[in-house]
Amino acid sequence: MRQSLIHWFKYGSPQSFYPLAGRMIPWFWAAAALFGIAGLWISFFVAPTDAQQGEGYRIIFVHVPASWMSMFIYLVMAFWAGLGLALNTRVSAMMAQALAPTGALMAALSLLTGAFWGKPMWGTWWVWDARLTSELILFFLYLGFMALQAAIDDPRRADKAGAILALVGVVNIPIIYFSVKWWNTLHQGSTINLTKAPSMAQTMLWGMLLMALAFWMYSIAVALMRVRAIILERERHTEWVKHAVE
Amino acid sequence: MQWNSVGEFLAMGGYALYVWGSFGACLVLMVVEPFLASRRLREVRRSLIRERLADELESQQRTQ
Repeated sequence: MRQSLIHWFKYGSPQSFYPLAGRMIPWFWAAAALFGIAGLWISFFVAPTDAQQGEGYRIIFVHVPASWMSMFIYLVMAFWAGLGLALNTRVSAMMAQALAPTGALMAALSLLTGAFWGKPMWGTWWVWDARLTSELILFFLYLGFMALQAAIDDPRRADKAGAILALVGVVNIPIIYFSVKWWNTLHQGSTINLTKAPSMAQTMLWGMLLMALAFWMYSIAVALMRVRAIILERERHTEWVKHAVE
Repeated sequence: MQWNSVGEFLAMGGYALYVWGSFGACLVLMVVEPFLASRRLREVRRSLIRERLADELESQQRTQ
């Protein structure tokens, strides 16, 4: 127990996390590629045509994973930011900073693919509906987090301010998730529910889950790439960084 | 498989713009983001190397 605790604290220092992240990145890229290829194969060649939406429903295979990741990354980002705020650990604040752009990208993709789905099915690219509006707010929360951190010169103070914004913004996540239940919205209910059996064909479900895994692995890989850059930028005056780059 | 030809696959049952627009947007952003992240890492590494070379040069001059 104590041994493993020391282990975790060891990787909590930028100096040991930097090479560890470097070793992990190729594995996450490989996993993302494998899940992505399998997911795309099912999305286009195995999953049958939908009875109501024809081939247009295939947008689900990117729309749902992007939307899930946009919410999940926010929770992970807020967790790391909160941990950094509470324990004053450097790597966790850097991790939160590294996740924000990827989360913003997922939120943007969720909104974009949603617009591409809304146009043929609802007849409009956008409506001010509870689900769509709360997802847009999520996108702005990511942008706000990034802008706030960029606006404060002292990185430790920037971490603190960002962490508070991230933690307050968590309230938006259940609002997005339950918006389709709480309000009468144009957006359909959740396709996958923890309490009920999924209301879709097995192959469609598999395609969606594989694509979600691919998006997940992608997010980890790209966030680790970014955190490595952030570590070097912020630790550049330390002795170990001078020896880390050859 | 439900496609009889490449053309039919590309047409996506009349939803080509929407389906390919969605998948294309994902592809483009997911290629650009890792590119930007790796460029950021390359740039900071390059500037660190420059900095170290400058330090070395300075200490060499001092000993001469």
